[in-house]
Amino acid sequence: MLLGQIGHEGHDHGPVSLTDVTDDWPTWRQVVEVLTYQSGYNTSVVLASTTLLGIAAGIVGVFALLRKRSLMADALSHATLPGIGLAFIAATVLGIEGRSLPVLLMGAAATGVAGVLCVQWLLRHTRLKEDASIGLVLSIFFGAGTVLLSYIQTMGASNAGGIDAFIFGQTAAMSASDAGLMGVIAVVSVLFAIFLYKEFALVCFNDAFAKVDGWPVSWIDLAMMGLVVGVTVAGLQAVGLILVVAMLIIPAVAARFWTEKLWQLLILAAIIGGLSGYLGSATSALLPRKPAGAVIVLVSGVLFALSMFLAPRRGVLAAMLRRLRLQLDIATDHMLETAYLTASNAPSGLDAAALKRFKKQRGWNTMLTLMVGIHAGRHGYGRLRAHAFTPTPRGLERGQQVCRNHLLWEQYLISYADIAPNHLDWAVDQVEHVLSPSLVAELEAALAGRGVDSFLRSDDGGMPQNSAVAGEPR
Amino acid sequence: MKLIPALDLFPLMAAILAAMICGLLGNFLVLRRQSLMGDAISHAVLPGLIAGFLLTSSMSTSIMLVGAAIAGVLAVVLIELVRKVGGVEPGAAMGVVFSVMFAGGVLLLEQAAARSVHLDPDCVLYGQLETLVWYQAPPTFAGLFVWSTVEAIPRQVWLLMVVGIVSLVFVVGLFKELRISAFDPGLSTAQGIHAGFMHYALMLLVAAATVASFEAVGSILVIAMLIAPAAVARLLTDRLVSQIGVSMIAAVLCAVLGYTGATIVPGWFDADSVNAAGSMTVIAGLLVFLAAVLSPRHGIVSRKWRQRLLARSAAIDDLLATLYRLQEAGRRVVAPSDIALPIPGKQQQATRLAVKRGLVAETGRGLALTDLGLDSATRLVRKHRLWEDYLVRDVGLEPDHVHETAEQLEHLKVSPDHDDVQVDPHGSRIPPG
Repeated sequence: MLLGQIGHEGHDHGPVSLTDVTDDWPTWRQVVEVLTYQSGYNTSVVLASTTLLGIAAGIVGVFALLRKRSLMADALSHATLPGIGLAFIAATVLGIEGRSLPVLLMGAAATGVAGVLCVQWLLRHTRLKEDASIGLVLSIFFGAGTVLLSYIQTMGASNAGGIDAFIFGQTAAMSASDAGLMGVIAVVSVLFAIFLYKEFALVCFNDAFAKVDGWPVSWIDLAMMGLVVGVTVAGLQAVGLILVVAMLIIPAVAARFWTEKLWQLLILAAIIGGLSGYLGSATSALLPRKPAGAVIVLVSGVLFALSMFLAPRRGVLAAMLRRLRLQLDIATDHMLETAYLTASNAPSGLDAAALKRFKKQRGWNTMLTLMVGIHAGRHGYGRLRAHAFTPTPRGLERGQQVCRNHLLWEQYLISYADIAPNHLDWAVDQVEHVLSPSLVAELEAALAGRGVDSFLRSDDGGMPQNSAVAGEPR
Repeated sequence: MKLIPALDLFPLMAAILAAMICGLLGNFLVLRRQSLMGDAISHAVLPGLIAGFLLTSSMSTSIMLVGAAIAGVLAVVLIELVRKVGGVEPGAAMGVVFSVMFAGGVLLLEQAAARSVHLDPDCVLYGQLETLVWYQAPPTFAGLFVWSTVEAIPRQVWLLMVVGIVSLVFVVGLFKELRISAFDPGLSTAQGIHAGFMHYALMLLVAAATVASFEAVGSILVIAMLIAPAAVARLLTDRLVSQIGVSMIAAVLCAVLGYTGATIVPGWFDADSVNAAGSMTVIAGLLVFLAAVLSPRHGIVSRKWRQRLLARSAAIDDLLATLYRLQEAGRRVVAPSDIALPIPGKQQQATRLAVKRGLVAETGRGLALTDLGLDSATRLVRKHRLWEDYLVRDVGLEPDHVHETAEQLEHLKVSPDHDDVQVDPHGSRIPPG
């Protein structure tokens, strides 16, 4: 039986069918109360602290991302588990309350740092690469932690229950003072990050320069790692050690889609992180069986997906639109070029038969032709009506320009790049559309006197033959 | 209590099989620097596992495993998508995808738990080797060799065997392709072995191995076994075939030592057994540490030892060269206190070794080069001065800047060959070779 042996106490009501369980939806008033911090002291403190934690993780995560240490944080957070176990055992042996949060968090921080040091030791002294080192430390420390936790369970300590809540996180069990501790660590981390902004920025963008300039790079790195430790440890109880790394990575990566400026990146990451923390723990407070850690990560995951698709410049949608526009530009160019080349025979443009020939030659379908027609119309290059394309004077001018660029580039390739004349067409077809005016001017200067323009003004008005151009002596 | 030999047979089989499968595939992950894909996949299968359960509303394992495998492949595709389309750094892309999927899994798990099913998040992480213990095992060793033993093999072990055979066939059958795409993806694509296809095929198998293993041993052990045996082997060998062999030995060691360490050793101290999967990762950690420290070629100890030997021979070289220069200045026998080696602190040791090797004679008045010593000193000083000449003439350094560099280069086995040069930039004669 899969995963079945250890039961979930408290949920054991016998088999129930799928549709039997319904979540009680909160009333509108409850929603507003939670979101405006009016639903009791404890809930409000937890909500405020997770929001602060989200902000802190967002800010610290930006530096970790820029320093390419995102997954180092993963190793760190997994490596906190043995520390929690050791701290519990040590505290119990010493007769202190084992579940006291500061004790556990200190243990967590200690082994977390030890994990990071192990990664660096492996990197420096062995031939293992970063991915393997991180994976090793992550799994081995976590495995050692599970051994310790299973040992604690056999110790028979009455207060051992709930230690493993640190793995998946458990906001519901947090007291106001626990949450307060988390909030304080978060605020201190943010203050440190602001205080060391200049140093962090320098090390993130050019650590070699920072070293040459006399900055203590390894100390700055250490401070950065310290902040990552702080945020990780603070988030342990609320979101759990597996998911706390997501709070560091996701807001930073999501914010990265929107901006190229560091300070904007920090603010955006803080907003995304804070919003995730706020909405996540609010949802968790309102709905049963919605662990805050998971909801926080899912909210930030949604924000990440939105950023990835919708961001104006680096977003996927924007990139697709750019590509579509470029394709339409190029297709329109092709049509105008053909219209220009046939203009002396057919001054009214491409009639139905010519257009059909052209479509077949280019392999266009009707949809693309239609879109090109609209595109050309919008740019004032011509009109597509009743299966015929009528270029405007401006469209013909553009056609001539494209044609001329084609010839110029062709000549350039023959003269300078030593491309065989019968290999030209393919190479030229892609480039003719993207020649900038300055490049055209340069080509004109380089190829002056080669008679490129004579082909354009040829009296018969027919298609300038590539072979004729290619046949020219160099 | 009577000792039942086969009690731990099936958990041990599961542990060994899981460790070997993951270790085998892990070799290629480590070489391709994609070790963390195992981490990502084993986290990301959680939602698929639970969704498979929620859809069928039963503990039908095959559906859950199919769901998990789909989620694993989905994770690989999504990571590629975020990395390529979104232009996100690979590590961060992995982190985003697997943590979001894991979070989704945790949420689903809570819903599933509400339906009063014994689904426990911890089991996904730690696995349940302990549940495979064969309580109906025959009391004697000889009683094992009957058909009912085969019938008693738990489903988890069968599944591991199937995945193990598939992985073995994959690795043996596509060994050449795997090797070339691991070391040089560009070359492999150019030769018609599509590196992207090899990537996805490998990832699919890693997902299958993850799913098959973690039911028995948990996802943390999967991550450890994907990386640790290969890492141990990587530290010990330089050839792919021997690396795979060593990694298999390391995997078996982890499984056997880890399992016995968790179940049998605590028994000696009257303690309860601890988590077996966890203790296997601890053994894996120990093995990696030992390999890192003691590996004959790449280990820290041997490297330090080689450095020491090198430092020692450099100190002897320096002593000989110093004596040669003093001899040039007309002092054949020199008191030890008059010698200043470029790297101080090694003089006594260097003197002792040089005397022992018959390079330097120690007389009552001081040290002098023997014939043998003079011979190697001449070669050294020639090398030093030839390097100085090269640095000035060909590199274009100023004559007063070249001595320190030449001081290091003289210990190399090679030197620039200029037979016609008689005098170094400082005007000293270059002894003929």
